[in-house]
Parts: sequence; structure tokens; C-alpha cells
Amino acid sequence: MTSSFPWLTVLGLIPLVTAVVVFALPTGVAGRAARPVALVGSVATLVVGIAMWTQYKGGTTKQQFQFVETHEWIRQFGVSYQVGIDGLALALILMSLVLVPVSLLAAWRDVPADGTRRMQNYFALMLVLETFMVGVFSATDVFLFYVFFEAMLIPVYFLIGSYGGARRQYAAVKFLLFSLLGGFVMLIAVIALYNYGPGGHQGFLLSNLTGLHLGTWPGRWLFLGFFFAFAVKAPMWPVHTWLPDAASEGRPATAVLLVGVLDKVGTFGMIRFCLQMFPEASKWATPVIIVLALISIIYGALVAIGQTDMMRLIAYTSVSHFGFIVLGIFAMTTTSQAGSDLYMVNHGFTTAALFLFGGFLVARGRSRDIRDYGGWQRVTPMLAGVFLIAGLSALSLPGMNSFISEFLVMVGTFQRYKVAGGVAALGVILAALYVLLLYKNVFTGPAPLADESGDGGHGEHGGGDGRAGELVPAGGGSVATQAGDDDGSHASVHGDSGTRSEQGANEDHASAGHTAPCGRVLAVPDLDLRERVVAGVLVAIIVALGFYPKPVLDVLRPATNVTMNLVHMHDPAPSVPTSQVNSK
Amino acid sequence: MLSLVGSLPSSDPGAVTTAATGINQYAWLIIALPLLGAALLMVGGKALDKVGPLLAVCLSGASFVLGLIMLLHTRGMSTQDRGIKSHVHLFDWIDTSSLHVAAGLRVDQLSLTFVMLITFVGTLIHVYSLGYMEHDPDRRRFFAYLNLFVAAMLTLVLADSFVGLFVGWEGVGLASYLLIGFWNWNPAYATAANKAFVVNRVGDVGMLLALFTMYLTFGRLDFDGVFAAAPHASQTSLTWMGLFLLIGACGKSAQFPLQSWLGDAMAGPTPVSALIHAATMVTAGVYLIVRSHVIFDAAPNARLAVCIVGAITLMFGAIVGCAKDDMKKALAASTMSQIGYMILAAGLGPVGYVFAIFHLVTHGFFKAGMFLGAGSVMHGMNDQVDMRRFGGLSGVMKITWVTFGLGFLAIIGFPLLSGFWSKDKIIEAAFVGEGWRPWVFGLTALIAAGITAFYMSRLFFMVFHGKRRWTDDVHPHESPLTMTVPMMILAVGSAFLGLILGPTGIIQHWLEPVTGHTEGASKIPSALLMIITFLLVAGGVALAWLRYWRDEVPVTPPVGSIATQAARRDLGQDDLNEAVFQRPGLYLTRALVFADNRGVDGASGGLAAAIGGTSARVKRAQNGFVRTYALTMLVGVVAILGVVWVVQ
Repeated sequence: MTSSFPWLTVLGLIPLVTAVVVFALPTGVAGRAARPVALVGSVATLVVGIAMWTQYKGGTTKQQFQFVETHEWIRQFGVSYQVGIDGLALALILMSLVLVPVSLLAAWRDVPADGTRRMQNYFALMLVLETFMVGVFSATDVFLFYVFFEAMLIPVYFLIGSYGGARRQYAAVKFLLFSLLGGFVMLIAVIALYNYGPGGHQGFLLSNLTGLHLGTWPGRWLFLGFFFAFAVKAPMWPVHTWLPDAASEGRPATAVLLVGVLDKVGTFGMIRFCLQMFPEASKWATPVIIVLALISIIYGALVAIGQTDMMRLIAYTSVSHFGFIVLGIFAMTTTSQAGSDLYMVNHGFTTAALFLFGGFLVARGRSRDIRDYGGWQRVTPMLAGVFLIAGLSALSLPGMNSFISEFLVMVGTFQRYKVAGGVAALGVILAALYVLLLYKNVFTGPAPLADESGDGGHGEHGGGDGRAGELVPAGGGSVATQAGDDDGSHASVHGDSGTRSEQGANEDHASAGHTAPCGRVLAVPDLDLRERVVAGVLVAIIVALGFYPKPVLDVLRPATNVTMNLVHMHDPAPSVPTSQVNSK
Repeated sequence: MLSLVGSLPSSDPGAVTTAATGINQYAWLIIALPLLGAALLMVGGKALDKVGPLLAVCLSGASFVLGLIMLLHTRGMSTQDRGIKSHVHLFDWIDTSSLHVAAGLRVDQLSLTFVMLITFVGTLIHVYSLGYMEHDPDRRRFFAYLNLFVAAMLTLVLADSFVGLFVGWEGVGLASYLLIGFWNWNPAYATAANKAFVVNRVGDVGMLLALFTMYLTFGRLDFDGVFAAAPHASQTSLTWMGLFLLIGACGKSAQFPLQSWLGDAMAGPTPVSALIHAATMVTAGVYLIVRSHVIFDAAPNARLAVCIVGAITLMFGAIVGCAKDDMKKALAASTMSQIGYMILAAGLGPVGYVFAIFHLVTHGFFKAGMFLGAGSVMHGMNDQVDMRRFGGLSGVMKITWVTFGLGFLAIIGFPLLSGFWSKDKIIEAAFVGEGWRPWVFGLTALIAAGITAFYMSRLFFMVFHGKRRWTDDVHPHESPLTMTVPMMILAVGSAFLGLILGPTGIIQHWLEPVTGHTEGASKIPSALLMIITFLLVAGGVALAWLRYWRDEVPVTPPVGSIATQAARRDLGQDDLNEAVFQRPGLYLTRALVFADNRGVDGASGGLAAAIGGTSARVKRAQNGFVRTYALTMLVGVVAILGVVWVVQ
């Protein structure tokens, strides 16, 4: 049996304690110490998390949850502190634990150490958020889950509202309003659900509230209460509109934690609370939800294609990807469920890569407007390379992590709903468009020139300009000048090749002549060591999970099977079962 | 690290599947070596600028040697072992409760044929690129992409499941995208790369749907499982599978209606056009259909669709080829047309599979050779591609002229050269059958052979013969040995490969265990057919001689007939795509973005409108909201506790 070591509580406490330390550092020391302390704290959490993973029992155990800790909290009101994890929660927690240190490292220079408390608060807030992440994925008491669900909003609100871009106030408030509305509806459902349960001093325990005989309509209403909150969080069309604002106005690291981790609470909740507690109502609502999921997939992708703001574009790709996750959850086949579970993990890394690499770019170009870029492969080849890999993961290229999950979702959905599977497959084409058009507009073309006289020509990028001052750390300019020489010579060689094509009389070659740089090439440095570490970790995970997802799938498999058992759904049998199935 | 598992059972009585033995166990190395090269060259940094390209050449060459040993090993097997399919199990890749896909390889005659073609032609083109890309500052990246392509293409042909094949399938698409856009500082080239990837993705959705249908029908996606169960599936399922696979093949092989990307793909460096967009990748659709022949055998309607697509495309490409003045684009149209022949042959079923692959192999040699020749011409002519500015190059580029000439004679089907053996077989097979089909498909293939002779002669004469129409600044010269030696080797292949493999029955005997083969009676006796074909070819050559050798070729293209103008515009393919997809798509995305910023936002609660207004108001609201929020939390918690207490 698992040891009685309180893994999950410890896991949640480390970042909290670290946050307190970071917060309490005297301002004199904080400039140097806050960031290293925060990073060490989050890495220590990750190490403990990995240790916990090694103690986790795979498919053999009968229990749904492991590492369960139960303590009375508010006995009179039936509220317990009970935490425990299944494979899905474990996978999502581990994903979060990887993303937090990566985000901290990427956010290293987001806020200048200017002698005020701004910088240390920024890092403390992210660590507090990490605690709540562990809490929300491991809570097995519905009330405790609700508390974490709501509590997460507070650090995110401050991260966006105090540290974001020009329209940060608007974005933070919009985020808060949508979340509060969702949370409020869920609160009503939580209270109502308790009334249907056995009550008592452990009345909010998930185990006491699963498998209730609620009757048709009460079950459906409760389901809708939970589902609405999770759909807002996920976010699904048409309640997605807070996401692009929140993700683009927040810092890239905030966007990673928000979209990569917190939004997963939505889809996680759909499985844990909607499907597992209200299987009948879930089946009742399936047709509508599948349609909404398909709209999210196609709509999110189409709107992404039309964006001019890089960060908003990335946010809309997530609307599309969450559509896939929800589709797989509600298609309710083993394959689609497995796909959605894996998708949640993969999407975290993919979207983190997109937001953070996009952030590296914005830190250099000082604008989020795609039209301000072009030809950056010439000056930042390494950034272009890792950005392309992140993009290829987003468009689910085989060999990248997201291919497997997206494929499983689609193939599993197709088993039960052919049209839905076919429509979802169209999202694959649109994904290629939004990724490759973004890459083309930013990285291809003639090398960017240093003279930015055309800047300000676009009406919309006031937001980008407004925040640019904060984004680039003091001293960044000198780095840029140093690296400028190398890049300049590199790009001028390109110019020579350009003239080689220029002489071609052919129509297609003719345009090459205009592309030969004729001014001073923009001097921006390529990725520095810190950024290379961030990129290296994410790219390594993206590729590794693309070729060898087995460790994650092994953890997820029992959780997928539990869900399938609880909803009492059987997979459609193949019409020509192969008699000689040689599955291992 | 890599383990080998025991034999997998199979119900197909004709074929025995066993775990790989001997050298075949190491088949994974064939893929791993170029993949390693790609990885090293990409992350290796400037240190590898000098040795990197050589390393890439060596690794590609090593794969060829390994493949050759495996070929000899398989060939040495006794007659009753000919049906053996060697399996190499690598690792569990996708492992869920309901779908298992192992990463594994299948080493059989079909995959080995491709391994030989890919690694042999691939290595030659690596060598050629040493010379061709010598002065390019990014040549390390170029060789990394080339090695990546070789690895992906080998994955495509060696995979033992449809999902594994799909990895290679999109992997070659990626390599193709990267290499078409290799000089992407030119926005037109970057657009061409995007176009290729997106059009391929349309085909890939077809592939995906085929996989979905297979999983729905059979519950598995490995070749063994699918092919064993396929004969028991319903006609409808099989037809859908076949049609979806065909869509996939159309994308990758530039077949109608997904052909539009290939011409633009010529933006890539010429060795890329030779390797990827002529010899190997674009033929993947043919591989897919022949590999899935069990499905197509049982789905005659799907096969008919394959034939129709092949026939349309072979004519389409031939017509377009007659009008192009861009040397590479004319060759690209020819590639499209020749693959149309292969697709047609594959659609004919067991009478055609072997010849589809045979023509694929010979075409790989002569077309790659001609593209390398085109690159050599461009090398000597300051990268010009307009054939109206060439002419009379036979005198100054003798090696290029002779090697290109052999490829040219091979493709038009000059007696005894490679194309003669492979293409005539396809024409003959197209005349097999009952009813209207042999006449439609046979005559299409036959007439297109004449057109092929015309446009290829037009190309050859415009480049190498007639009056010199060079621009003043060019000083054509022969290319260095690194470039001419690969051209010579490919020219030898163009000349003799057909003779070695065709009339001797070697290729038929070799592939039969995988594809099966039946002979059919042609509507026209083969001797007569051969004579008719020859006369048509001779007519095409003569016509081209009159117009493009004897008569002077005008430097500016004449206006031409409506047909010529249409062919120059690729029969309106891009206009159609723009009118039907691009413009409406653009308006749709714009409308949705507008709606999303206003409509949906407002509709979903009117929240944005409520909190919009001036920034000062937002600021005031924000300060208030923190308190409001805390209050809400408090009220929420009090409410929940109150209710719980009451209920207790």
C-alpha cells in the first residue's frame, strides 16, 4: 500500500512556503534573491512531484484515488480536507509542475528589479498559483475543489491586472467577471448537490456524491450548473471571449499558466464532475455539446487565421484545441477519452511553447502586431527554429506530441459520430493555415531593417507599444548591439544569394530582387542561454512525447477506464473484428 | 535498447509474417542514420559547416549500403520463402486500452524497392548538392533538411502500420515545406512552401478519414490486421477507404484535383525538385495505393476512381507541359503527367500494380537525371529558367546534353531505353478489360504518350538546340564533377534499368509476392500497340523539331491560342482555387473576426459592453471589483455554509 506520507499536501505547501519567503524578502535582497529562490522552490516541487510519480501504482490497483489524505475541516458543514489523485490528476499536476519553473525562467526579465516590491510580488503570485493548481487537481471534496477553483482567480487577476499590457485592466476585469459568473453558477450546483447527498460531516466528499440517484431533471440541472462553469473555464464557444484578452494582455508566462494549466481545470472538471457524477445527464447533453465543440474547433481556427495580434492568435488556437478536448470527452469512447486525457497534457506544453517563444519575439520586436515583423529567420534563426517546432506541434504534425492525442480524439469520435469526426478533421487543415501563415508573416521574407520609420503605421498596435517599455529589461539594448555584427554579416550573405536569383528572367524569380536588403539589418540578439534552456526543455518534451508517449499513457489508462465504466458506455465494436487480434 | 518480438500470426495463407532475421533486424538503422544526420546538422552549429554536408552524404550512403545488403539477403531466400514479410518491432508507440499501434517496420520486396530508389537516388543528389549548394551560406541547414527528408521517406515506406506510414507521410511533407521555402527570404517562395503544405494537408485529411474508417471497421490500423480482415468487410466500407486513400494520394502525388502545389514547389533548390518533387516523395501516392492493394482489390468502384484521377492527371500534366517556358515548371508538369500514368496503372488492379512500381522506379532515374541536368543548365546560365533564353547549349555543356538527352529519350519511350519498357506496359495494361474502360483509359494513355514526346522534345530542343538566344551576361560552362557524375550515373540508369528489369521479368518476379500479378488480354495486340505508340511518339518529336529546332524560337512568347493561354495558366487551377476557397475563406475569417470582437462578445452576457466605456471607468470598476470579489466569495461561502447547516 502507498506510504502514509502526505505527498499532495507537501507538494502544495512547498510553493506556498516559497512564495511567502519570496514575498517577505527585504527589498534590498529581493532584487538578487527573489528569482533564484522562486526557481529553486518550483524545481524542488517538481522533484517531489516526480518522486511521487515513482510511488504511484499503475493499472493494478482497484482504488480510483491514491495518496488520499482525509482531515476534518469544517465538521458542522460537512466540509473535509480530502485530497487524492488518479492518473489524470497526476498527469496534469506533473505537467503543471514542469510548466511553472519553465514559466518562471521565461519571466525572468518581465519585471525590472527596480527597488520596489513589484518584481518579488510577481514571482510570489506565480508560486501561490502553483499551490492552487496542485490543490484544484487533487481535491476530492467538492467544496474544497470549489474553494481552490475560486481561489485561483485571485493571483491570476493580479498577474494580469498589475503586470499585463496596455489594456490589462479591461482584460483582468473581463476575466474575473466571466469566471465569477461561472463560479457562481457552480456554487449553486454545489449546494444543491449536497442536498441530494447523504449529508453528514463528510457530505461534500466526492465518494459520497458519485453514483447518486438524482432523478432525471435534477441531475440535468446540476450537470448544467457544473458544465457552465467548466465551459467558461475551458473555454468553449461562445463563452470564450475573455480568453484572447486575458492571454494577450497578460505576460506570456501568465498566459502559459492561465491557458496551459488553469483552463485544463475546465476540461478536467468535465470529466471528474460532469461525466463521473452525472453520467445520464452527460449523455443527454452530448449532442449539443458535440456541436459546440465542433464550432469551437472550426471557429477558433478561423478567427485565429484572421488575427493580427500574435498573442491573440495563439489564444484562439487554444479555443480550437479545447474544442478537440471537449469533443473527445463527450464522444465517450475509450479511444476518444484517452485522446482527450493525453491532449490536456500535450496542449499544456505546446501552448506554453507558443506563448513563451512568442514572448521572446515580442521582447525583441516590442510589438505584438504580426505586421511589424517579417524576415526574422534571417536575424534570429534559433528562435525561428524553435518557434516552428512549437507551431508544428500546434498543427499536430506526426512525430510531435499533439498528433497522437488529436488523432486519438478524432478516430475515437469517428467510431460513434462519423460526421463529427469528419468535421473535426477539417480543423487539421485550418491548423496548418494559422500556424504557417503566422510563421510566414513573422519569420520569412527579406531581413528586417533597422530603420523602423514605418512603425506606427498600423492603428491597432497601441497595446504592443504601451507595454514595450516594460518588456525589455534595462541593458537589453547593449546586448542587441553586440550581437548585431554577426547577424548583419549573415544576412548580407543572403542578400548576395538574392541577387543571384534576381537575374532570372522568370516571373517567380523576379520578386527576389526586391528582397535583397538594401539598408542596415535590424540588430537583435538570438536566444540567450536562459531562453535556450526554456526552449530546450519544451522542445525536448514535445518531441519525446511525440515518439514515446507510453509513460504518460500508462498513467492515464486506468483513469480513462474508470471514466468509461462510470458512464456505462461501450465502444462500438468493429464491424469486421479481426479474429486473430494479437494485442499484447 | 530495442527489442525484437516473436512472430505475429497472420490469416493470409499466401503470406507468412515472421520476425526479421539476420540483417533485416537492423532495418531501423536505415532510418536512424539519416535522422541522426539531420539532428546533428541542425543542432551542431557552425562547427559542422565544413564537414556537415559530407557527413550527410555518408549517412545517406550508409543507408543505401545497408538497404542493398538487405535486398541481397531477401533475394537470396529460397522460393517458398519469397512471401516472407520481415517484421521489426521497435517499441510500443500508441498504447491505449482500445488502440494499440506499435512502432514497427515491414521489410518486404515492395519496401525494399523503395529503399533502394530513395537511398540510391537520394545519395546521388546529396553528392550533386555538394557542388550545387557550394556557395550557399546555409548549406548545413540544407543538408540537414535533405537528411530529414530521406529519413521521413524511408519511414513512409518501411512502416508496418498506417499510422506509422502517416508519420513518414507528413514528415516528407514537412521536409518538402522546409526545402521549397529554403530561400524563403523571397516571399513568393515562402508562399509556395505554404501552398504545398496546405494542399498536402487537404490530402492528409483524406488519409486521416481513411484511417478512421479502417479503425471503425477493423478496430486496428496495422497492415497485418487491416489486410487480413479487409476481404471480409462490406463493399461500402472498402469503397470509402479506397476513396479516402485516393484523396491522400492525390495530395502527395499532385494528382487532380490537388495538383496545384507542384508547379510552385519548383521554388526550391533544384536538387530538391529532383529528389522530392520528381523521384521520390511525389510517388508516395502510388506506393500508398499499391501497398493497400488488398483494399483496392476488393473495391472495384474505388479502383475506377483511381483510374479516372490518373487518366485526367496524365492528360492535364501533358497539356500544361506543352505551354510552359520555365524549364523546371515544364518538367514539373511532366512529373505530374508521368505519375498520372502510375496512378492509372495502380487503379487497373493486379494487371497494373507491378508496372506502376516499375514505371515509378525508371521514372525516378530519368526524371531525377533531367532535373539535375536542369540544375546544371541553370548553374551555367546564372540561374535563369526561361527556355526562350536558352538554345544551342549542346555545344558548351556536352555532359549535361548527353545525360539529359538519355533521360529525354527514356521518358518519351525511345525503343529499348527504360521508359519504353515501363510506360508501354502501362499503356498495354490500360487496354485490358471490358466495356468502355479499356478504350477510354487506353486511348488516353496512348495519346498522352504522343503529347509527352512533343513537349519533352520541345523542352530538349529549346534548351540544347537551335539558335543561341542567351542574354548578354551569361557565359555557360559545364558544371563540376560533383554534379556531372551523379548525372552520368542516373543517365546510365535511364538507359539500361528498364532493359535489365523489364523484359527479363525480374521486377515482376520480385514484386509478385507482395502485389500479386495477373496478365490480361489487351484490346489491341501488344505488337500493334507498340507500333502505334512509336508512330505517335515519332510524330510528336517531328512536330517539336519543326517548331522549336528548325524554326527560330521567339524570345518573347507569342500570345498563342486560347488553349495555350489556358495551359500557361495551368488550366486555371489557381484561379479556381482562389475563387472557390481563398477569397471566400478570407471574407469568412474577416467576418468572423469582426463578429467575434463585437457580436459574440456582446452576446455572451453583454459583459464587455457593461465594463467597456472609458478607461477611467474601467479603472474605477477594477478597484471596486477586488472588494466586490472578496465580498462575493464571502457571500458564497456563507451561503453554502448556511444552506448546509439548515439542511443538517
